[in-house]
Amino acid sequence: MKAIITVIGQDRTGIIARVSTVLAEADANILDISQTILQEYFTMMMLVDLADIKLSLDELRDSLTLEGESLGVSIKIQHEDIFKSMHRI
Amino acid sequence: MLQSYEVLETFRMIEKEKLDIRTITMGISLRDCCHGNGEIARKKMYDKITRYAKDLVQVGEQIEREYGIPIINKRISVTPISMIAESSEDEDYVAFARTLDEAAKEVGVNFIGGFSALVHKGFTNGDHRLLKAIPEALFVTERVCSSVNVATTKAGINMDAVAQLGEIIKKTAELTADSDGLGCAKLVVFANVPEDNPFMAGAFHGIGEPECVINVGISGPGTVKAALETVRGESFDVLAETVKKTAFKITRVGQLVAREASRRLNVPFGIIDLSLAPTPAVGDSVARIIEEMGIASCGAPGTTAALALLNDAVKKGGTMASSHVGGLSGAFIPISEDEGMIEAIQTGSLNIEKLEAMSCVCSVGLDMIAVPGDTPAETLAAIIADEAAIGMINNKTTAVRIIPVPNKIVGDWVEFGGLLGSSPILSVSKFSSVDFIKRGGRIPAPIHSLRN
Repeated sequence: MKAIITVIGQDRTGIIARVSTVLAEADANILDISQTILQEYFTMMMLVDLADIKLSLDELRDSLTLEGESLGVSIKIQHEDIFKSMHRI
Repeated sequence: MLQSYEVLETFRMIEKEKLDIRTITMGISLRDCCHGNGEIARKKMYDKITRYAKDLVQVGEQIEREYGIPIINKRISVTPISMIAESSEDEDYVAFARTLDEAAKEVGVNFIGGFSALVHKGFTNGDHRLLKAIPEALFVTERVCSSVNVATTKAGINMDAVAQLGEIIKKTAELTADSDGLGCAKLVVFANVPEDNPFMAGAFHGIGEPECVINVGISGPGTVKAALETVRGESFDVLAETVKKTAFKITRVGQLVAREASRRLNVPFGIIDLSLAPTPAVGDSVARIIEEMGIASCGAPGTTAALALLNDAVKKGGTMASSHVGGLSGAFIPISEDEGMIEAIQTGSLNIEKLEAMSCVCSVGLDMIAVPGDTPAETLAAIIADEAAIGMINNKTTAVRIIPVPNKIVGDWVEFGGLLGSSPILSVSKFSSVDFIKRGGRIPAPIHSLRN
């Protein structure tokens, strides 16, 4: 399955690096990435392929949440279909 | 590839505007559980419900985590119990309610609906026994919901049932006086009841329904309100378009969840119910949508027109987004469950008479209305009759869920807790309807019911 990871929070150095590291360690493949600063808030979206991940989705979510807490940002991972169903016919 | 603004829009709807799936409701037919011996019938019911619904909660939670969309309730609806219990020789049907309660607890759902009877044209012996058992059933169980259909456009209004329900509501309130008449919050009196409604307390599994089915109720008043904030001052045409587009997006999520739940549970998908169902949380209110349209406080002149536009636009947008739409589908206007409605009552802009008018153009009726404990049973029955007449004449569903809160008077406050919220006690007309209600019999079906 493919998932969308959303990272939102105060901008600081190393956010992408650390999120990518968690994903690499889980063998999640990043397919696309976009990042912007909206009203001083760091907003990043990643499309990731979870076909070969070593962890369960729940475990990956837990490690991302943990990483988010230490970075002071909110990280969510959601099946891409929820976005596709809403915005694509 | 999805655009970042699209991802952010969905993210915002869920995180800030409280978009959620209100309920995944599994409908289970109990028609094969009838038995001459009540105990055997109840064992069959328990076994069947717990077998069919054993994975319901777990699958709901799984989908919630995977898609990152809150699914607030997982619930069960069953065949109206009057039809199942009446094959038995039992006189007292409270034991059937206890069985439903135990089954609900076993599978972990917070409500099970279907302690119900359809009596719009008359009573069977089983219907009589079920109605008689309602007050105690709602007193001794925790998760059982009850509903009675007293009218249809085709059959007219069963005024004997309406009169009885006034008494039943009073008795339920008295038995559950310790919890401010909470039992009445689990009892809905309907006209033109839908047989596939996933929302409680009025859900049951209709007799034309399949063996087992998944129905999904969506929500999202906060999302509609937020969308309307972007078109302040624009014309009604723009307003209606904006509601439609938002309803479409919300419903697409509901459709996705329904499809996944159906696939994972290996149970056919029934319908999506496109209702804007408020919760007591700030930012999740239907009243605030009406106010966003330009009404200073919900209930002021213009409210009925605003609600009519909202209700219709929600349906139009949602219908395009789902393969099957059913249930109640529209806007709910409960009082205690909507923080904006509560405030409107307190400020005096909204009252029971205005709510009755609003129920002509929205999907339900007088919902979660707390009234003084000394309101006569005949007045409650007459309120039900008025709502049933609106439903019957206008070919729509109407419902009454009214709570005569014991020992409370107008101006007092009642706390039901959780999603049922809290409410001030509303004022009810002091003029008597006793002679009207005691006539008995049926109000004939309207002329436009003869469409064949």
